[in-house]
Amino acid sequence: MRARREPRPQWYGCLAEFESADELLAAVKAARAANYSLMEAYTPHPIEKVSDELAHKNHLPLIVLIGGAVGALTGFCLQYYTAAISYPLNVGGKPLNSWPSFIVVTFEMTILFAAMAAVLGMFALNRLPQPYHPVFHAPNFELASRNRYFLLIKSRDSNYDPVKTPELLRTLTTLSVVDLPF
Amino acid sequence: MTSKDHVAPGDSGEPILASGHDMVSITDKISSLVLARGASRGWYLGAGVAFALVLLLLVSLSYLLLKGVGIWGLNNRVAWGFAIINFVWWIGIGHAGTLISAILLLLKQQWRTSINRFAEAVAVFAVICAGIFPVIHLGRPWLAHWLLPYPNTMGLWPQFRSPLVWDVFAVATYASVSTVFWYVGLVPDLATLRDRATRRWPKMVYGFLCMGWRGATHHWDRYETAYLLLAGLITPLVVSVHSVIAFDFAVSVVPGWHTTIFPVYFVIGAAFSGFAMVLTIAIPVRAIYGLEDFITIRHIENLAKMLLCTGLILSYGYLMEIFIAWYGSNGFEQFMIRNRMTGPYAPAYWSLISCNVLIPQLLWSQRIRRNTRFLLAIALVVNIGMWLERFIIVVTSLHRDYLPANWDMYVPTFWDWSTYAGTIGLFVLLLFLFIRFMPVISIFEMRTLVEQAGEEDSKTPDEAQP
Repeated sequence: MRARREPRPQWYGCLAEFESADELLAAVKAARAANYSLMEAYTPHPIEKVSDELAHKNHLPLIVLIGGAVGALTGFCLQYYTAAISYPLNVGGKPLNSWPSFIVVTFEMTILFAAMAAVLGMFALNRLPQPYHPVFHAPNFELASRNRYFLLIKSRDSNYDPVKTPELLRTLTTLSVVDLPF
Repeated sequence: MTSKDHVAPGDSGEPILASGHDMVSITDKISSLVLARGASRGWYLGAGVAFALVLLLLVSLSYLLLKGVGIWGLNNRVAWGFAIINFVWWIGIGHAGTLISAILLLLKQQWRTSINRFAEAVAVFAVICAGIFPVIHLGRPWLAHWLLPYPNTMGLWPQFRSPLVWDVFAVATYASVSTVFWYVGLVPDLATLRDRATRRWPKMVYGFLCMGWRGATHHWDRYETAYLLLAGLITPLVVSVHSVIAFDFAVSVVPGWHTTIFPVYFVIGAAFSGFAMVLTIAIPVRAIYGLEDFITIRHIENLAKMLLCTGLILSYGYLMEIFIAWYGSNGFEQFMIRNRMTGPYAPAYWSLISCNVLIPQLLWSQRIRRNTRFLLAIALVVNIGMWLERFIIVVTSLHRDYLPANWDMYVPTFWDWSTYAGTIGLFVLLLFLFIRFMPVISIFEMRTLVEQAGEEDSKTPDEAQP
């Protein structure tokens, strides 16, 4: 655990519940207009427009590209090393570095590494597995996987105020607005 | 946000989701199949029969380890018997699962949504069954790790110029990637099950498996990128895997195997058998679990069309095989075709042609494509036909090749059949467990579908009027 310089705020953040994706999107826009930036939405399905408003740059494609390149190099170097250096064997007069016959394994290793980079990279960037998270405290949060939409404004946001932030959110939704303990 | 019939522009007008469903009804219906329905007597009966077959598999494998591959019908001439036939058959079945899921995702075919989970499960379970065969066929399966490149005291490495080693890498990659693809697809649905579960144990197990998924926007963003990239990676992978399996045959100089058409012919055969298997499973599950609203007749008909289409391409492959044997003027090739058609295995060859070429022609009729019982029968026939195809390819080429003095017959023994039946049992048991404990339809993708349709409805209120 890192030592914190400032005392920890009382709340993790403030969470508002919405009926529909449109209401959520309107709230996200309103919160952004009020200069909040450290926000997170919780939705039953991916919503591109909310993602455009909230999400940071996604580095996953680069990770996958690197994974694929590492896989290709690993695959080819492995075969070159075994066939030409460690155990040179004359097969039907072919050159030791008979690269056309190494293409298949190189290809498979490229796919394997790229796919694993995609999956492990996605989970790592998402900081999963994470069995505990403050939002699980919220009432009705189990509906985030059914038909409710949630918007969280984190207390780390420089504009966060324990009184004003919930007030703003209450103007945006008719459903619950709660402060989340850590 | 109740949906109207979900009809994408340019479609024939059949819904891919029955009307009157919204996010709540979809979520509750699919998750209740797992959480509330429980296991019926039929489930126990089916799973019990499958489990008995798994026990038979274990007995067969134990006896094999005790005695060696001599318990099968193999001989010096036909050294690739049931083990290779079944391996290719199972891998082929798996492929369509991945193809349906990945290619249709890339092509933005929304109708895939309610069948992709099935299809991916079929892929994973079929690969598990397939993977058993090459290993037990090794003769000394306890030395299977020699196939892997690792520094060892013998100073040896696998021979990377051999298609058999390519196969190890191709199948291992395919098994790993299709498993993670399936799991990644499941994660948000496991979270849905965690949220719907009322009892402690299911909550904990699904909570553990979903890794604490909470549907955060940043997560969805990376999730969708990862899923799309996986689909893009897995599509060429599927094609490569069955091509590599075809190389196992084509790189040899055996008559009937040494042809350039083999990779394409194998990939199409794989897709054909896989579509048949997805239909074989989708039709009964849909009826038993009352999923007609989600897996509509449109899905069934689309699958039937795919079956017909791949079947026609495969028929072209059969025709080309015969044509090239004639056109190539190679006496051994010509003999191989004659031997297939009139030799001791001729009944198997003509059954294969009936199952894969003639009977699927019935699918030209829309009435048959929409009759699920009839379609199920055709799908089963195709499954059998594709197994016969691999039998013909493996056995007729090997049993009579260049030297008549070496000719021999391959007759499967009890242990050949019991091992094969055992893997079918394993496949069915895994499917039963899957249907009982996992959401059989991707819940979050169905929610997305409804939401998008709802948006379209609200945008164009005029068109939504009847």
